[in-house]
This record gives sequence, C-alpha cells and structure tokens, in this order.
Amino acid sequence: MKKLSLIVAGVAALAAASVAQAGTLEDVRAKGFVQCGVSQGLPGFSNPDDQGNWAGIDVDLCRAVAAAVFGDANAVKYTPLSAKQRFTALSSGEIDILSRNTTWTMTRDTQLGLNFAGVNYYDGQGMMVPTALGVNSATELDGANICTNTGTTTELNITDYFRANGMSFNLVAFEKADEVVAAYDAGRCDVYTTDRSGLAAQRTKLTNPDDHKVLPEIISKEPLGPVVRQGDDQWFNIVRWSLNAMINAEEMGITSANINKLTYNDKTPAEARFIGTEGKFGEELGLANDWAYKIISQVGNYAESYDRNVGPNTPLKLDRGVNALWSQGGILYAAPIR
Amino acid sequence: MANARDKNYEFVRREDAPILPPPATEAGITGWLWQNIFVSMADYTSIGAGIRSLLMAILSALILYFGGTQIYALIDFTIFSAVFSDPEGIKREACWTVDQGGVLPSGWHGACWPFVVAKQKFLLYGAYPAEDLWRVNLTGLVGLVGMVWVMIEQLPYRREVGAAMLSLYPLMAFILLTGGNSDAEFSNIGIWLVIGLAIISAGRLGKRGFLGPTFAEFATLIGFTGWVFLIFNAVRGVAAVDFGLEPIDTRDWGGLLITLVVAITGIVASLPLGIILALGRRSEMPVARLLSTIFIEFWRGIPLITVLFMASVMLPLFMPEGVNFDNLLRALIGVMLFSAAYMAEVIRGGLQAIDKGQYEGAQAMGLSYWQTMRLVILPQALTHVIPGIVNTFIGLFKDTTLVSIVGIFDLLGAAQSTIADPSWSSHVQALSVYVYVALLFFVFCFGMSRYSIYMENKLSKSRSH
Repeated sequence: MKKLSLIVAGVAALAAASVAQAGTLEDVRAKGFVQCGVSQGLPGFSNPDDQGNWAGIDVDLCRAVAAAVFGDANAVKYTPLSAKQRFTALSSGEIDILSRNTTWTMTRDTQLGLNFAGVNYYDGQGMMVPTALGVNSATELDGANICTNTGTTTELNITDYFRANGMSFNLVAFEKADEVVAAYDAGRCDVYTTDRSGLAAQRTKLTNPDDHKVLPEIISKEPLGPVVRQGDDQWFNIVRWSLNAMINAEEMGITSANINKLTYNDKTPAEARFIGTEGKFGEELGLANDWAYKIISQVGNYAESYDRNVGPNTPLKLDRGVNALWSQGGILYAAPIR
Repeated sequence: MANARDKNYEFVRREDAPILPPPATEAGITGWLWQNIFVSMADYTSIGAGIRSLLMAILSALILYFGGTQIYALIDFTIFSAVFSDPEGIKREACWTVDQGGVLPSGWHGACWPFVVAKQKFLLYGAYPAEDLWRVNLTGLVGLVGMVWVMIEQLPYRREVGAAMLSLYPLMAFILLTGGNSDAEFSNIGIWLVIGLAIISAGRLGKRGFLGPTFAEFATLIGFTGWVFLIFNAVRGVAAVDFGLEPIDTRDWGGLLITLVVAITGIVASLPLGIILALGRRSEMPVARLLSTIFIEFWRGIPLITVLFMASVMLPLFMPEGVNFDNLLRALIGVMLFSAAYMAEVIRGGLQAIDKGQYEGAQAMGLSYWQTMRLVILPQALTHVIPGIVNTFIGLFKDTTLVSIVGIFDLLGAAQSTIADPSWSSHVQALSVYVYVALLFFVFCFGMSRYSIYMENKLSKSRSH
C-alpha cells in the first residue's frame, strides 16, 4: 500500500512537471537566453563559421526569436543535435526551439507532442546526374545506380518514386554526406539524390561541378520549419510570428538598412503597426511593442537572411524558386500583422 | 739445418696483415640490405630454395610497389601538392581547380591547409569564447608540466607533484574551464560539511567501542562515508566560490579540448575504479563479489554507443522538467563506468597471474588484506598487465569520438562540422581535415604506446634484480 502511494505520488509529480512547462517565455526570460537546437552542421542552414559562431537560415530564426524576446539577437545558445536526438531534446525541455532543417510531417506533428510553428524553407528531394549520361528526365533512369544517405527519408522517397514508375534501380547508401559525394564523384553511381538544397551544397565538392546537372523532377515535399513543444500557445505564437515578421518585412520592403528611417519619416499604417508605433501587437504576444523592429534591425528580413546564407551570391547558389514571396511567383505567404 | 739458418729465411711476420674492409655483404648500407632483405632471395642452390627465393623476390617487389605508392600518395597529398597559404583570403577558391573556377590545374588533388588553419581554433577549442582561451591553455600547460614532471625520474618532489595532479589539479581545471561560481549555496554546503564531520567523529567513537559492538563492526565504513561527504562538499564549496571568471557552458566546449577532457577523466577514473572492481570480483565476500560481477558484466555487455544514447536521450525523459544534467557530464560518467569495467577485467588478469604463495607469504607475515594488496599483490599484478592497461587507455582515447553522435563536438565531430562550412567547400575539404585529425590522434596514441614500452622496460629491470 505504501509502495503504491509512492508510485502515485511520483506519477503526480511527473504530471505536474509537464504542466509546469507551459511558461516557456517566463523560463526563457529567467535564463536570459533562448536555447536553440540546431544541426551538427548543414551548409547554409546551421553551420559553425571559422570562429565557431553559428550561421545559417535556421540559426537566423533563433536569433529573430531572441531579438523579439530580449531585443538582443545574440541572446541565443545553441545545442547541436543529431537527427535521432532532436525531438527528445525538445520534449525534455533541454531546448526551447528546434530549428534544425526538420521536415514537417503529419506523424511528427501529431504523435510526438510537438508543434511546427511554420515553414522557413520549402525543400524537396531532387536528383543529380553527370551530363555525360545524356539523361534529361528522371523517367529515363531505369536500372540506375543511386547514391544516397542511409536511414533518411530520401532512401524511402527514391524507392517510392522508382516503384511508382515501374523502374528498377540499385541503391548505394552511405552514412555520411561526404562519403556519398566521394562515391558519386568517383563514378560508383549514376545518380546522387538528396534534398535539393543539399545537392547544391554538395555540388561544390565535386571535382568538376559543371559536368553535372540537377534533373527537373522533385520527388518529395520537404517543408522545413521550427518546432516547439505542444501545449504552450504563447511560445508557439512568438516563434510563428517571429518568422511571419521576417516574411512580412520582405513583402513590405522593410530591410535592416531602411527600418531606422521608418521610425522618423512618414510611414503607412501597416508599417506603423509593424514597427510598433501603432497598436499593441507586441503586448498581445507578451513582448515589447517594438519586437518586430528588433528582429528586422538585428537579423534582417527573410530575403536578407536567405541571400546571406543560401542565396545566389553564396557558395550554395540557390535560387528563390518556390521560396519566393507569393507575390513573386513563390508560395511564401505570411498572415498579415493587424 | 745449419744451412737454413744461414740463409736467414723468414717465417715470422714482422708487421700486421693489412686490415681489409669487411665484405660488402656484412657492413654498411649494402650489408644491412643484404642481410635483411636480399639474402632471402639469393639462394638458388636447389630447386626448392630457388622457388622460395623467387617467390620472396616477387612478393617483396609487390609490397614495395604498393606500400611505396600509398606512402607517396599520402606525402604528395599532404606536402607536394598541398596548398599552404591563402594570401588573398579567397577561402575555398584557393583550393579550386580550373574546372571549379579556381586556378589550380585540372585534376589537382592535394590538401587544403589554409582551411585547416582557419578552422584551427574551432578544431582545438570548439566554440569556447576567444577572449577566454587562456583558461584552456593554462589548464593544458599546467597539466602537461605536471605530467612530464611525474614522468622524469631525476626531478625532486615527484610524489608530491603526482598527488597534487590527482587532487588539486582536477579542481583547478574544473574551475578554470567552467568558470566555477556554481549556484550552490554556502549555507547548504556548510550544513553538509558539519554532517560529514559528525559522521567521521561517530565513526571514530564507534571504532573505540563507545557505541556498542554492532556499531564497531561498521565503524570503518561509516568513517569512510563521512570522509566522502566531507571531501565532496568541500569540492562543491570551492566550485561555488566566485573567482570572477566568466562562466562557460560545456555546450561551448569542443574539439581537442573535449577529446582530452573525456579521455583523461576516463583514464584517471577507470584505473582506481577498475582496481576496486577487480578486487571485488576476486573477493571472498559474496555480496561484494556478486555486485562487482554484475557491474562488470552489465557494462561489458552493452556497447558504449548504447550507453551514450541512454545517457543523452533516455535520461532526460526520466528527470522532472527543468532538471538537466549537463550533457557532457552524462557522457563523462558513461565513459568512466564503461572503461572501469574493462579495466577491472584487465587487472583481474594480473591478479590471477600472481602465485598463491605470494598471498600466503603475506598472510604469514601478518599483513592485513589491504596491506597485502597494496604492498605485495598489486605492485606485481599491475606491472604484469601494463600492456593491457595501456591498450585499454588507447582504446578509450579513440572511443571518445563516439560522443559526437550525442551532439558533443569532440575532435572528430568538430572536424565533421567544419566540412559543412560552405565558404570552404571544395573536393579536398573533407580529406584535408580528416588527415589532420588522424595525425593528431596518432600523436597521442603513439605517445601513450611509447611511454608504456618505456615503463615496461624500466619495471622489468627492477624485477630482474
């Protein structure tokens, strides 16, 4: 009897602990920084630079949240996580946001007790082949040797795709991305498949990048976005609207370079709402009213972040593609701030 | 006969015969080559020997060819073809061939050292703040000086320095590296210190029989527990002092720093733990024997990678929200317990090699169990198994790379994340940094191996007296 009551007490304590996680914002304020889960190194998304400082568009999102909460984009600490660790780290409260090129799928959204706060990059699985192969479409790849990483969704997607098209193939899988590139470069396989952003990054490591081309087919949807714990709507809103603010700023033409002029000169009502001189949008989030101003002045808008980390002038040379604004032919569409 | 004397024949040599140079097959480079290589291929006196010699010649040529080309390829990659500087600061383009848009000839293949140099800080210290690197360097320097001091026999106070390295140095390293100033409260620590003192005095009293005969049996154990309490809380107290150092989270540690912290902690902790476990397993007390056996077999029965995963993925789920063990600490404890189990078995091998007469002799001298072990058995047993102990150390040093799968950037993990930097991406990026990391690992492991050989020779000399 005594044992039983002990167990009940233990379970009750655990339940109380999971209820107590509601106040992520208060916890973060008390700590003085946002704990952000990132990858162990993915070019353009989250990778340490020469000094060991983190950079990338996933990292910029964490910086934006820190700017919104503290008015200081540098109030972030990073936890590099492996793919297997990432969700546990979030559910156990070790990190406050998971911003680690994580694909938004139904299973992850509904079964893990987590919520995806938005999409900061629309990726999709693509294929790269040597130009010498003379192939123009993935449908001509019957019987091909395909190089890819083990244990990822890319392996499953390529299997699905070849089965659906009634083609045979031979999978050559490796553990690490650089092994895959080396094998592909050495001619051990005809096709290299991974997310298109990954293809762009790995292409620069080929001995002769111009001899290879990316096929037009995109065989999967990979919406990548930040993840938070389920059951804390306030924190969820802060992350979602930090991302929305960056996208809206691009749409409104507000950049880190011109936002300071806005504060003095005439501005439209939408701009006034954005920088917080009108309305109480920040307070509704539990933040200061100039939260969006802090994000844009310190991190920049979505286009700035994109161009700085993965855009045409970076080594990755990724065009905006579907990640352009809805008004420019893409699918990036953020709810308005009003 | 007289004639012969008259003619003054000379049969006696008056000067030394001229000293001829040794035959070419015996001395100098040719001699060495002949004796060590060619003599085995030169015997064609019979058909059997001829075939043997021929085979030997062919195999030697093949090995020379393949070994030579491999070694040449490595030297060519790391030195002759390597790019050593990037004066224009163009990063990855400094290591690009014309095909990629750079200036190096098509098909070029060599190490990109400017990349490794640019990542040097990250590879050695991780994200440790640049203005606080002196703390890591000081810790490393003191550690190195202390270690060398203990190793060189001519220096005075070796015993004292060694004791300080095992007691004060870890504390100093902890405070320097983390910044100390932990949030434990002094009043709390003070209470625990008083409790520790109380337990020790209770043990003392019990030993003299003031607290009854049952208590006296456990008095030693109680006194020991009291000391553990006292020392543990004294350390906590020192760690809570504010030395004015910026606290640095272990998440910011990385590279060689992590590798050395994990390896040295594991090595230093596994030896005493392993000795205790090995003695426990050979003990005649059933409980101690059973517990040691279960512990050893449990930790030997699971792979290190599972231990690390359990420590970093499962453990946080069992803890209440907000209670977080440091990720590095979790891995450290895992590595420590794991290597202790292996060490215990190595040492048990040494204990079993000791002749029974040694135990009996010690008993006949009236030595207690611990005296027997400390003075007679362990010095011999440990000497026997030095190669096994160092083998475990080297294995442990290399196993530290496994911590990178739980998100800790050890040397290899840091190297892998530098490959993700697109501003240096080229076809030799990964190879360059891997060669560098391999070199660093080799230096440490080879160093340990040489020191163990030196120790063996020294100790076997003392044994032969």
